[in-house]
Amino acid sequence: MAEIEVELKTAPADFRFPTTNQTRHCFTRYVEFHKCLAAKGEESGACEKFAKYYRSLCPGDWVERWNEQRETGTFPGPL
Amino acid sequence: MIVLEWLFLTIAPCDAAEPWQLGSQDAATPMMQGITDLHHDIFFFLILILVFVSRILVRALWHFHYQKNPIPQRIVHGTTIEILRTIFPSIIPMFIAIPSFALLYSMDEVVVDPAITIKAIGHQWYRTYEYSDYNSSDEQSLTFDSYTIPEDDLEFGQSRLLEVDNRVVVPAKTHLRIIVTPADVPHSWAVPSSGVKCDAVPGRLNQISISVQREGVYYGQCSEICGTNHAFT
Repeated sequence: MAEIEVELKTAPADFRFPTTNQTRHCFTRYVEFHKCLAAKGEESGACEKFAKYYRSLCPGDWVERWNEQRETGTFPGPL
Repeated sequence: MIVLEWLFLTIAPCDAAEPWQLGSQDAATPMMQGITDLHHDIFFFLILILVFVSRILVRALWHFHYQKNPIPQRIVHGTTIEILRTIFPSIIPMFIAIPSFALLYSMDEVVVDPAITIKAIGHQWYRTYEYSDYNSSDEQSLTFDSYTIPEDDLEFGQSRLLEVDNRVVVPAKTHLRIIVTPADVPHSWAVPSSGVKCDAVPGRLNQISISVQREGVYYGQCSEICGTNHAFT
């Protein structure tokens, strides 16, 4: 098997969420991403970091549901 | 720079339960090694106490048999022995507590950022694994379902109720973060040889950090009753 060199990177351990329960961590990253988009605009790449973090942490179903809620205006977070 | 390797074994390896097994499975992570070592520490004191208490009990029953010895009480006071038998048994739990707390707190310590995040999502009655670290959009890039192979479809040498059609593949000697959650009812993601048992609670993401130290195939089963097919029979 050929040696494959890969660089592994994922959402870092966040000191704001040191315990086992990471629900709030996933939610916070999602909200941060959308706040960043609202502040900096869709095209700037500065918000991509937050996007990667929430995609790593949050299950796909949750992200889908939240995207739908944002579209209908029922998202329960501080966007 | 991490080298990814995985082994496919066609005979039952030692990281699943053996028939009539009494002890733990072989450790694959430092956490499980710690648990096994703690078990050995505690077992030593357990045997000491067991032998001591059994000896006293048997002696009391033997020497104070009602026919040989109708008056049961011989000694009324004994300050020295009373002090000793209070102090000594309170020191033994200290020897047990010290390694126990050391392991407990070291399990929670996050020393290094994880290198990869894998989501283990429990369903009735299968698992879904998501690897989303490299998504460029919200669509999942790598998601697959993992069903237990029914008994009728097993090949020779495979373990019953343990084999799955799509195994979750993880890099060895890498700090993993596993996020466990269910899609419907409570489940529990358990891999005994890695020392992992993490409840999947609806609406909650539970995180566990492990670092598998050797390549191999490790088995586990759902550990929280989740409906009629929880036992998959």
